[in-house]
Amino acid sequence: MADAPAKQEPLLTPVVDDDATPYWEYAAQGELRVQECATCGEPRFPPRPCCPHCASFTTTWRRTSGRGRVWSYVVPHPPLLPAYAARAPYPVVLVELTDAPRVRLVGNLVARAGAALDSVPLERVRIGARVQAVFADQGGVVVPQWILERP
Amino acid sequence: MASLKDATAIVGIGQTPFAKQLPESEKALACRAILSALDDAGIAPAEVDAFASYTMEETDEVEVAKAVGAGDVTFFSKVGYGGGGSCATVGHLAAAVATGQASVGVAWRSRKRGSGPRPWRNTAVQLPTPAQWTRPFGLLRPADEIAMLTRRYLHEYGATRDHLFNVALACRNRANQNPAAIMYERPLTRDMYMTSRWISEPLCLFDNCLETDGALACVVVSAERARDCRRVPVYVHSVAQGLPAQHHGMVNYWNDDPLSGPAWTAARQLWKQSDVAPEDVDVAQIYDAFTALIPLSLEGYGFCARGEGGAFTEGGALEIGGRLPLNTAGGGLSEAYVHGFNLITEGVKQLRGTSTAQVPDAATCLVTAGEGVPTSALLLRTT
Ligand SMILES: [Zn+2]
Repeated sequence: MADAPAKQEPLLTPVVDDDATPYWEYAAQGELRVQECATCGEPRFPPRPCCPHCASFTTTWRRTSGRGRVWSYVVPHPPLLPAYAARAPYPVVLVELTDAPRVRLVGNLVARAGAALDSVPLERVRIGARVQAVFADQGGVVVPQWILERP
Repeated sequence: MASLKDATAIVGIGQTPFAKQLPESEKALACRAILSALDDAGIAPAEVDAFASYTMEETDEVEVAKAVGAGDVTFFSKVGYGGGGSCATVGHLAAAVATGQASVGVAWRSRKRGSGPRPWRNTAVQLPTPAQWTRPFGLLRPADEIAMLTRRYLHEYGATRDHLFNVALACRNRANQNPAAIMYERPLTRDMYMTSRWISEPLCLFDNCLETDGALACVVVSAERARDCRRVPVYVHSVAQGLPAQHHGMVNYWNDDPLSGPAWTAARQLWKQSDVAPEDVDVAQIYDAFTALIPLSLEGYGFCARGEGGAFTEGGALEIGGRLPLNTAGGGLSEAYVHGFNLITEGVKQLRGTSTAQVPDAATCLVTAGEGVPTSALLLRTT
C-alpha cells in the first residue's frame, strides 16, 4: 500500500435516511424545506417519524426563505480527516433559520455555491451575520451551504 | 417510597498507573484495577456478584468476571453515552445492591485512549443521526462540537478565555501535587495557555483533556456491610442520570436552549433526593473533557446562576481554599482522561482524607459525568 499513489479523499457525505429523504430531495431542487407537523404545525429538526408535541405521524415539508443568522461558529485546526485538514483552518457555522428559529443548521460558509471550505476569510465570520442558503453537490448529495448576505 | 439515600457505600477503589502508553492490554489493566479495588476493600473476588461499566468499555463482564474469579453474577449493566455514564455505573450498582439484586458490585473503566485509535477517525461506520447533520461540514470531533456551544456561551454571557484558563490552571495545579498525574511535573502558565495552538477555535490545546492509557475500579456494598469494611465508608448519598426532553446528544443545537444541557436535568433529580444543597458541597469533581464544561456544569448543578459560570471561576474559586475546590487530582485535563472514572475515585479519596490535595474536613463531594451528552452525577458523603 505504501507505493500506491496518494488518493484525494473526499469530504464525508450526509446519510440520506428514511426520515430525512424529503429534505435532501428538496435540497437537490434548490429548496430548503423543514419538516413540520401537519396536525399542530410545529416544525422539528432533525426529521423524525412523529411529532413530539401531539404524536401525529402526518408531516409536511415547509419551504423556507433560506435566510438565517449565524448563531455560533467554530474554526477547526488539525488533526482532522485528510479532506478537511487540507482546507483547515475553515469556519463551520451554525445557522438559525429566520423562518424557524429553533431549526439551526450546521454548514459551511463559502464565497459562492460549491466553493471550498476555506473560501471565506475568517475575519468575515461573526455571530449574528446574515446568511443565505445556496446549494452544491457533496459526494453525490446536494447540501445547503451558506453565503454572507453582505460579503 | 424506597430511597437510595445512603443505602450503599463505596468501600474500595483501585487504579493502574496512567501513561500515554501502557504495555498491557485493556483487559489486563481492567483486571488489575478491579483486583486492586477489591484488595483495598478487603473483599474476596469470589464475593463479587455485580458489575457495571460503560457501553464503550471493550472488555465485557464475562471476560472480567472469569479473569478476576468473581462468583455467580446476578446483576450486570452498561451505561451509554461515553463519559456521561461514569457516575451512573455506581448508581446502577447502588440500586442493585439496595434492592437485593446483588451484594458486592464492581464498577470499572479501562481504556487505552492514549495509544489506541481516536473514535472520530473511524469513517467506516455509517454516520448516525445526528452526526449526518454535522460531520460532513467539518464538525468532526467532540472538541468541535463543544467549541460551537463554547463560542455561543462566551458571546452570550461575556465569559472570556481567561475564565477557561482558570479551569485549566486549577486542574493543573492539583495535578502538580499528585505524583500519579500525567502532568505532575508540568506547571501551566497563562502565557503558555494564551499562546498554545488551537484545536477548534475558541478551544486551544489546554482546553482539551489528555489522551491516556489506564484503568480504574470501585467496589459498592450495602451501608450495613460497609461499616464492617476496613476503609471509611463513602456513602452514595444521592445519584441521578439526566437525559433532558428534546435533547440531541453532544450536538444539542436544535432545542430552545442549547446551553442548558443534561447537567440541569441530573442536578434537579440529584438535589431533590439529597439532604444537602450546592452550598454544602466541600469539594467537586466535575467532568472536564473540555474546560468549557466547567462553567456550564457550575450553572447546571446550581453553584451559580445562569451565565455566571465564567465569573464563578475568578479569584481562585476553584483552587484549594477557594469557594469550590475542583478536580483535586487534576481531572481529565491534567491527571488522566479515563472517561471520568478518576473523578469518582478522587471523590472517595477526598472523603477518606487521603487526597494528594486534601480539602480539610471534606465531608460532601459532588462528582459529575460528561456534560453535553446524556449524563449522571453522584453526591458522596461520609456520614
Ligand atoms: Zn404535532
